[in-house]
Amino acid sequence: MEYIGIIIVAIFVNNIVYSQFLGICPFLGVSKKVDTAIGMSAAVTFVLTIATLVTFLLYKGLLEPFGLQYLQTISFILVIAALVQMVEIILKKISPSLYQALGVFLPLITTNCAILGVALLVIQKDFNLLESVVYAVATSIGFGLALIIFSGVREQLSLTKVPKAMQGMPIALITAGIIAMAFMGFSGIDQVFK
Amino acid sequence: MFLSLSVICLTVAVLLAQVNKMTAEPIADARAMKLQNAIREVVPAFDNDPVAEAYLMPDGSGDSLLVYPAKRGDELVGFALNSYSDNGFSGTIRIMVGFDMEHKIVNYAVLQHAETPGLGSKMTEWFRESSKPEQSVVGRDLSQGKLSVSRDGGDVDAITASTITSRAFMEAVNRAYSAYSNSREEAYTGATVSTDKEEQKPTVEGGDNDE
Amino acid sequence: MSKNIKVLLNGIIKENPIFVLLLGMCPTLATTSSAINGMSMGLATMFVLISSNAVISLLKNLIPDMVRIPAFIVVIATFVTIIEMMMNAYVPALADSLGIFIPLIVVNCIVLGRAESFASKNSVLSSIFDGVGIGLGFTLALTLLGASRELLGTGKIFSMTLYPEQYGSLLFVLAPGAFIVLGYLIGIFNKLQHKAG
Repeated sequence: MEYIGIIIVAIFVNNIVYSQFLGICPFLGVSKKVDTAIGMSAAVTFVLTIATLVTFLLYKGLLEPFGLQYLQTISFILVIAALVQMVEIILKKISPSLYQALGVFLPLITTNCAILGVALLVIQKDFNLLESVVYAVATSIGFGLALIIFSGVREQLSLTKVPKAMQGMPIALITAGIIAMAFMGFSGIDQVFK
Repeated sequence: MFLSLSVICLTVAVLLAQVNKMTAEPIADARAMKLQNAIREVVPAFDNDPVAEAYLMPDGSGDSLLVYPAKRGDELVGFALNSYSDNGFSGTIRIMVGFDMEHKIVNYAVLQHAETPGLGSKMTEWFRESSKPEQSVVGRDLSQGKLSVSRDGGDVDAITASTITSRAFMEAVNRAYSAYSNSREEAYTGATVSTDKEEQKPTVEGGDNDE
Repeated sequence: MSKNIKVLLNGIIKENPIFVLLLGMCPTLATTSSAINGMSMGLATMFVLISSNAVISLLKNLIPDMVRIPAFIVVIATFVTIIEMMMNAYVPALADSLGIFIPLIVVNCIVLGRAESFASKNSVLSSIFDGVGIGLGFTLALTLLGASRELLGTGKIFSMTLYPEQYGSLLFVLAPGAFIVLGYLIGIFNKLQHKAG
């Protein structure tokens, strides 16, 4: 029951994009087409889950016992950068088809603040290992949902007539604001699971 | 190549360790200060060190709260209690509630919350608005019965459009009161029956529990 | 010297990180629920930008090209950690309200972007000027966004009341307001630039 609560909150209530404002760069950058949005979401899910797992173990196994919490930011970002490189190399060897689908998105992921953000959040929220992984997976689903909905809207948006100054990013941001409003309707829904 | 990278990493680690050492004390001070201020705000004037004398007290629902006794000279003037509710609109709400020795709420301070800004977050001031007695909890005597919001048959006006937050707040206050009455009883009986004295020994170091 | 002034102004207007380059959106949206929060976030980022620009430009000949990016990230993360600890020590209330977005300055594309595209190619002095310029542009944009949201939402700017709170719309302080206000501000910026150019 507790895990269902975490999942619902991470996907709908505290949606990573619409309410936590993490991962905005890829959200705005690769949301012009639904296909690329799906590819990006898959790549994020993959890396986010592994990264959260690895940084969690690093923190609990190395940083905390030795009182090195102040190296948290620096070690996490290095681990994530290295991890993305490794995933890229391994994927290239093992599954060229998957690499083709996700490859272009991987380098973009290092500077996706959602990855580092979630890694830091699970430490802050004092989750245990299983909760952290569940939270990471649910958050990535939330990211995928946000991205795919938004790209669908943007595909339609490109066909409409918009005042010149508002074309492109401004109207996209306002659209995102309206979707965020819709997501606010979910707030409090987790009360049901208590 | 790897050499230069390792040299950079090493330099950085040493540098950060230094800065960490430098800031560790101010950070600890800032935390202790926050706790001290919260206690000072919610109980009558005292001259002891409530943080050093803090102890845990059962709250009647299976958990224990940190109690900070406030004394002037040898006389107890009130208790500050670090209470919480897990039923806030978005997660845990943690408050410091102060009582005098007559079961009355002196004041409260919200220590931690994640409620919606502009709605639930109003609780930091709402329940102590002295010009609006129907919503203020300050001065209420809890031995007359527990607090609840008017929608639940109580006499405290809930925050507009934030009933869930208000209910959680009431829960935290009532939880504090249970621990308060236990502490009060123990303090008074402990003062006359000297064998119970050791119960009052500080069991928990304060300062690391301010969130 | 006039070149350095040009570098400075370039960061504020022509290459304004928020309104023109559209970089560093996460902290922009997340920390601008009030003018003071936006400004503090901007200043913290500016500190990191200036320091990392200076150090990277100083070390540019010592760092082998192959490990350039990891080395940059290490330098940036160091300054981020320093400012995080400093804020926790001396302005804890502010550190609480910015929360996780202080460590996240590390992944702010502006910082790494300037290190890569400017500091690794220019002298220390002009790199510092670039850091100040981009940092100021970022800070101004964040303060403007924060002030607009605070004003629309609560009738205040920097906690000074301009009109009664009940006429404000809370929406602008909440998450959707961040997207909407930023959208309109970029639109206005486009319009003004179009007129000026």
